[in-house]
Amino acid sequence: MADEVKLPADSFEPLDKSKHLDSEKIAAPNLTFMQDAWRRLKKNKSAIIAMIILVIFFVLAFGSAFISPHNPNAVNPQLANLPPKWPGVNINGVNGTLVQAGSRVNAYQAAGAGAGVHYWLGTDYLGRDMLSRILFGTRISLTVAVVATAVDLLIGVSFGLFSGWKGGWIDNFMQRVIEIIMSIPTLVVVVLLILILKPGMTSITLAIAFSSWTTMARLIRAQTMELKGQEYVLAAQTLGESSIKIAFKHLLPNLSSIIIIQTMFTIPSAIFFEAFLSFVGIGISAPQASLGTLLNDGQKNFQFLPYQMWYPAIVLSVIMIAFNIFADGLRDAFDPQTKE
Amino acid sequence: MAKYLLKRIFYLLLTLFIVITVTFFLMKLLPGTPLQNQQKLSPSEQHLILKQYGLTKPIWQQYLTYVGGVLHGNFGTSFQFSDQPVSYLISSRIGPSLLLGTQAMILGVVPGILVGALGAIKKNTWVDTTTTIVSILGISIPSFVLAVLLQYFIGLKLHLLPIADWGGFAYTVLPTIALAASPFADTARFTRTEMVDVLNSDYIELARAKGLSKWGVIYHHALRNSLIPVVTIIGPLAVNIMTGSMVIENIFSIPGIGEQFVKSILTNDYPTIMAVTIVYSVMLMVVLLITDIVYGIIDPRIRISGKSN
Repeated sequence: MADEVKLPADSFEPLDKSKHLDSEKIAAPNLTFMQDAWRRLKKNKSAIIAMIILVIFFVLAFGSAFISPHNPNAVNPQLANLPPKWPGVNINGVNGTLVQAGSRVNAYQAAGAGAGVHYWLGTDYLGRDMLSRILFGTRISLTVAVVATAVDLLIGVSFGLFSGWKGGWIDNFMQRVIEIIMSIPTLVVVVLLILILKPGMTSITLAIAFSSWTTMARLIRAQTMELKGQEYVLAAQTLGESSIKIAFKHLLPNLSSIIIIQTMFTIPSAIFFEAFLSFVGIGISAPQASLGTLLNDGQKNFQFLPYQMWYPAIVLSVIMIAFNIFADGLRDAFDPQTKE
Repeated sequence: MAKYLLKRIFYLLLTLFIVITVTFFLMKLLPGTPLQNQQKLSPSEQHLILKQYGLTKPIWQQYLTYVGGVLHGNFGTSFQFSDQPVSYLISSRIGPSLLLGTQAMILGVVPGILVGALGAIKKNTWVDTTTTIVSILGISIPSFVLAVLLQYFIGLKLHLLPIADWGGFAYTVLPTIALAASPFADTARFTRTEMVDVLNSDYIELARAKGLSKWGVIYHHALRNSLIPVVTIIGPLAVNIMTGSMVIENIFSIPGIGEQFVKSILTNDYPTIMAVTIVYSVMLMVVLLITDIVYGIIDPRIRISGKSN
């Protein structure tokens, strides 16, 4: 320092001590893990849109149990195969007309439906309201997927935690078991389980859950092995904490981001499997409907009544897309390091 | 390598044995017999038919006979088609399935790699956004929805390709596209992530610093290294295609084993279900084994770590 800077004492002003008690205090409020993830998620517009779409579908599907326009299982043979009709709108496709043998006919008049009768998305081959059936089907599809994922989570997390925590020959054995299960095609496992449990909602849920927990178990095990070596786990052990308590207090909170991300990817694959099995004819059985059975019904005569297939196809695709985008967004939010 | 290979083959055989055993006993738990018009048959006639299928012997004997048969490629007699050996049923139907599967694999993986790589090179531009959207759609839209859409627009409305049935190459186009969509999307996403990682690494920086051309760096250094991990997803993709083939073959009325599998499930044709289960498992295990070996060969780091273990 060549030039000595001379500062007069009165250029300093003593600060009020009471206002700044802690000079070490960081200005921004502390964020919990969830708040931090939420802050990042909010910045991802597509993920937020996907989340809103999902919320709407969930509310509609589960709310339809109370406010469904028609009974989804009420058969009305006179009004079978009616195209969509929106009151007061006269655009081909939603005005209740159909192209039959080259000319447009008013299907509602032909069926002898009253002037006030209108089905927003038309009716199926038994005269059941498509809108109600789609809502009902979405509800079953989502229920199956969510319950299957929950069971999958339970098995996967406990298997992975146990295997990773115990280590040694137990871990070795459990990993061989997973390897064997993984080298059998999921589909085959699901089909065999459904055959044994008889097709239905419960069996399809269990079948999906039992065949998809291996990925979760592997992820959890790998992470548990890593956490096991951390000092705080060692400290807890030294203090005499029981293994169960360590698992719940120390390991699970640190595994939560992996669990949440993996869960969000499991749900769409469960939706896919349910729709797939129902479409093939070994899933949900009549009169219950799911998006898969609706698609299957629609596909049978889509040459003449394409609307019966479009709507379930659109709903299924939109739900799948929304789940995948949302899951991607969550992964980026919970695990910013993996984002390029 | 040889030791590793032997170990893998041992596990493969063990898994296969478990699959055979489990499916056999599960099928025994299920009701259903090869008898048709059961009410009309006298007990002695019923006994005769059951005897013909070998169902009168005690279960453990049936099991030994079955395992022995499988080792000789004999999967028993179909319940659905009388006097039809299951092995004949499968061997006559595996051709279309393998053809479709291979075509779908190629159509999925090769463009998937190119599109994924392009997305990574043009990161954060409209190219990247488009490829991301396409791959999200490919992953999300179920193959059977896509299949029906293709049937409707390309087959029914535009009359470009046959809607269904099995004949020449033209009949394979739509089912192949439907099957390939999801492997394509998976590969594109995976390649993109890998490629972005590689492009950020030091040796790419060095290659650029040496003055190599942009595409020279990408082709010689980036693409080759990003492709190594892509080999690992071939197994999951094969599963994906196998699953898809069940429903796609049904939609397009293709005489493959997927279609047969669904039919057998719906008609409780247990010998065929068991046989297809075994065939599917063998195919998957062989694909997994081959990809592991290939991975070991093309990535020297894996081999070294394998030896030190």
